[in-house]
Amino acid sequence: MSALVLTLRSRPAQRVDLLPLTAQPLAGRSIRDIAALPLPSGNRTIPLGELFAVEGTPGTEIEIRNSCDQLDRIGAGLAEGRITVTGDAGAFLGIRLAGGTITVQGRTGAWTAAGMTAGLIRVNGNTGDFLGGAMPGDHQGMKGGTVAVRGDSGDRTGDRMRRGTLLIEGNTGDYVASRLVAGTIAVWGTVGRFPGLAMRRGTLLLRQAPAELLPTFNDCGQYPLSFLTLLARSWRDLPGKFAGLPDGGFAVRRYMGDLANGGRGEILVRVG
Amino acid sequence: MILNGVAIDDEFAEAFGMKATRIIITAQNLTWAYHAANTATGFATSVIACGCEAGVERELTPAETPDGRPGVSILIFAVSGKELAKQIERRIGQCVLTSPTSAAFAGIGGGEPVALGQNLRFFGDGFQSSKLIAGRRYWRVPVMDGEFLVEETTSVVSAVGGGNFLILAETQPQALTACEAAIAAMKKVPNVIMPFPGGVVRSGSKVGSRYKALSASTNDAFCPTIRGITKSQLGPEIGAVMEIVIDGLTAPDIAASMKAGIQAIVDLGAKAGVRRISAGNYGGKLGKFHFRLREIMAS
Repeated sequence: MSALVLTLRSRPAQRVDLLPLTAQPLAGRSIRDIAALPLPSGNRTIPLGELFAVEGTPGTEIEIRNSCDQLDRIGAGLAEGRITVTGDAGAFLGIRLAGGTITVQGRTGAWTAAGMTAGLIRVNGNTGDFLGGAMPGDHQGMKGGTVAVRGDSGDRTGDRMRRGTLLIEGNTGDYVASRLVAGTIAVWGTVGRFPGLAMRRGTLLLRQAPAELLPTFNDCGQYPLSFLTLLARSWRDLPGKFAGLPDGGFAVRRYMGDLANGGRGEILVRVG
Repeated sequence: MILNGVAIDDEFAEAFGMKATRIIITAQNLTWAYHAANTATGFATSVIACGCEAGVERELTPAETPDGRPGVSILIFAVSGKELAKQIERRIGQCVLTSPTSAAFAGIGGGEPVALGQNLRFFGDGFQSSKLIAGRRYWRVPVMDGEFLVEETTSVVSAVGGGNFLILAETQPQALTACEAAIAAMKKVPNVIMPFPGGVVRSGSKVGSRYKALSASTNDAFCPTIRGITKSQLGPEIGAVMEIVIDGLTAPDIAASMKAGIQAIVDLGAKAGVRRISAGNYGGKLGKFHFRLREIMAS
């Protein structure tokens, strides 16, 4: 067994902070050391071994089994390696991720990938609000890397995002790409109200036209834009619908805005 | 060495270190990719007065180009990285940015990065935008037919320029026919260009001149019409001499290209009027790279 396997014994009563798990490299540490890691939970700390059965080999690969939405900050600050989560995850999954891959079989909570700078996060279920957004107190959200969500995402997806890519195969809540500084957000499903609110630059690529567009976005016409082929090719190795975008490019209708904030962002709606 | 009746002189081509880059130019179709590429590589036969030597390397299928459109790759060579950077910006800015439906991408990595679209983006007057895709930055510059997509930088690598060989034939048409056969074969070799018109140069030069203002002048030893009054290297059977100059990314690329070209001429044989193959050098003291004809053909 090459991965470190943590199996949650039962759903904890309080939320549990898993930051200590990725705060220091695990390679070279014993199972006993890892089981003794103090995990903040409510107003006390609990040894990791009390919550999880620990087995396997400590290294760059971690598997969290029987996970639930009470486990926060999974993979926070991870710089390399792989984390696989079987079940759901709580808030702040992959915040400030600087490399490596996190795969979640279930749902994730709010602020997933907030402040992320590199790496890949895959979520097979839905994810909460502020996906790739700015952590409270931060000026900017995600600054690099890729997040691929097979389900839906909540409100304020990509809020203040600076760079990187968010791919959402399902629907998003309201205010997707709000205050977007730059980067790319692509949505296969529908988006909620007021996409691109106060976006400065960056791209919101949609498969279908939004039901409600802010009056501060102007229609700039319909074009085949060749950079979309480069984007589509960069997504080819990812699982899911975005890997199947046509290679020869496709036409989009381009709306530029938010004119209330410079107007250099774009909402591209696929045509045909 | 005589191959199919063609004498291969015991000579060598003398070549020099240069700096080079490859740029991929795409367009709506191959015709317009060629318009852009041919313009960008125009007036680029010799570094003596053109600033660089450039040419089309090969055609690219949509699967081979970054944006999935038909394209061609060009190679540009200059004597220094600084001069190359200047030529890239001028030529891509004036000849590719201006060409309808075009886009330009770096076609080589591993060297020193130099600006490709890094400064051209300012043509967008503040309306340009960038995309970082798979670790590489691209600029989208709004133009009247849509967007000019250009990669931010390309790489400058060390290369070799000035590989050559001379074709000595009985008549001018026979020399040109042999050159055309050689160029057709050499165009199939990757990583090289033949920068002169049609790949062929008829005005081979020697170092120096009787005129103080000129650093180079006609290679009188190979000019048939004055062979009676100069120290000629031509026998009475030679009526025309032409030269093929090759720039390549590496010395083995140039050697492979020379072999392909000479072999194509040898295949035509003496019956096609080609009598000798020779090469140009400066005594071996100026150029770092020596390509010995007989060694290349024996390899």
